[in-house]
Amino acid sequence: MILNMESILLKDNVECLEGYFAAGGYKPLKKALALKPSEVTDEVKKSNLRGRGGAGFPTGLKWSFIPKDAPGPRYLVCNADEGEPGTFKDRELLLKNPHALIEGMAIAGYAIGAAHGYIYIRGEFAAEAALLERAVADARAKGFIGRNILGSGFNFELFVHRGAGAYICGEETALLESLEGFKGQPRLKPPFPAVKGLFGSPTVINNVETLAAVPSIIEKGGDWYAAIGAGKSAGTKLFCVSGPVNKPGVYELPLGVPFRTFLENNCGGLKAGKKLKAVIPGGSSTPVLTAAEALAVNLDYESLAAAGSMLGSGAVIIIDESQCMVKLLQVLARFYHHESCGQCTPCREGCGWIEKLLNRLEDGRGTVKDLDTLYSVAEAMLGRTICPLADAMAMPVMSFVKKFRSEFEAHAAGKCCPPDAAGEH
Amino acid sequence: MPFKLTEEFKAKAAHICARYPRKDAALIPLLQELQGQAGFVAEEAMDALAQYLELPYARVKGVVTFYTMFNRAPLGKYHLQVCRNISCHMAGAPALLGRLKEKLGIAEGETTKDGLFTLSTVECLGACGTAPVLQANEDYFENLTPEKLDALIDDLKHGKHPLKR
Repeated sequence: MILNMESILLKDNVECLEGYFAAGGYKPLKKALALKPSEVTDEVKKSNLRGRGGAGFPTGLKWSFIPKDAPGPRYLVCNADEGEPGTFKDRELLLKNPHALIEGMAIAGYAIGAAHGYIYIRGEFAAEAALLERAVADARAKGFIGRNILGSGFNFELFVHRGAGAYICGEETALLESLEGFKGQPRLKPPFPAVKGLFGSPTVINNVETLAAVPSIIEKGGDWYAAIGAGKSAGTKLFCVSGPVNKPGVYELPLGVPFRTFLENNCGGLKAGKKLKAVIPGGSSTPVLTAAEALAVNLDYESLAAAGSMLGSGAVIIIDESQCMVKLLQVLARFYHHESCGQCTPCREGCGWIEKLLNRLEDGRGTVKDLDTLYSVAEAMLGRTICPLADAMAMPVMSFVKKFRSEFEAHAAGKCCPPDAAGEH
Repeated sequence: MPFKLTEEFKAKAAHICARYPRKDAALIPLLQELQGQAGFVAEEAMDALAQYLELPYARVKGVVTFYTMFNRAPLGKYHLQVCRNISCHMAGAPALLGRLKEKLGIAEGETTKDGLFTLSTVECLGACGTAPVLQANEDYFENLTPEKLDALIDDLKHGKHPLKR
């Protein structure tokens, strides 16, 4: 595998329209507008590009679900509500290469027949939203966004819409509710957004990183992109690493890179004196891997699924031996309990129950029976709610308790955390 | 005094509403405008906005209370928001929070008597590679250490680091 390949997404000197244009930007848009919309979608299908927000659904297939003969408007929405704990890749992309997203949206809008696009960006990203507004205005001034783009007759308006602080709005139907001016409570599916989405119209929702890959795919071809990576996990992925490594940050690598290589070559290994204990490979809701499991896995959709976890958003959270797994799970439980929208009973009650059990264990009031309760509550939440937030809580709980049971038992027996972690409480 | 939407606000609101096929979709951006002016969204402002958008008051109140970024009461001049999620936790956020509480003499959710600082904890701010992170008003402060935190507080106290609201 080529590890020092040229980056597709993270490039230097393309922050401004001038730099992006000088590097060949907006040529793919011109190329796409000369094709039939269905040909653009076919190219993306051929590339095997999959959703980079976490679910990994094939992007071209998602676009093709828009009914061909449906009357009325269609919408394209970019999910820039980056909030899955451990994830900070879209922020980097928005800061370094905003025009790749804007061009990708114009191309995607053309492919699905949308005249309007919205970028839903989390409210806390104020500076990023302002930068994006500026980039959209620059693109509009040059005729890449707006009416009759590049003389093609295609109209595409693009708006930046800021969220207001709710993790759940990263879930696509909650995002649509929020964009319509409601509380971010997920919708029942079906109908899927491709049929009945934003304002009741056919809608495609894609992640920032997904859309930003589109211009290169159009420029160089679907076959070119499909050849990068590992089999069904095609292309490059932004991996964002946090935790006690020497070089935390965002790295663009072909899918399929071995975790061990990534850790040693890109992240500079663990900080001096730290020993690897566990890895959460794809954001806080993906099942945790032990050090041994992580060191044997490759970072792609299939390899991580085979290892019992998920690629998710590509947020690699490194956990070292000084950390207490009970405490970390308590931190996550507090988060999911806080972010549950309250719509479904298993999630609303389950997240709270789990947090309470973990508080008890952390406070030294827990029992061994609580561990079984913890596990069974999580199990009862799985797959029983409108959206995956309950699963996002259940998966870390079940994997933490199963793989690090001795630490939970030690808490139940009144013994607490590893010595280093004790000071952090 | 009853709350009245200004003409300036209404002009801006009309512009924002035009981005959406239904004007009630502008509810959140308009609440953000109101909060940007006053620093919080008062009950009276919710009522006025509900009338302006021809929405039930309950819809507006429901939205304001659902999203964490809307404040329903005035905060201090500087709103310090410490991320407490997993990556920041591992990077020492609990110690930073403890230091802030001690330094400012307030607990989470409280405002200093001089009205300068409000202290909050927040969930993941999406800047985990530069943990621990604090957001002061709209600005991010990353890779924080106790020394950098002390310097930030001193700068803010002396008006040396003007922040947007």
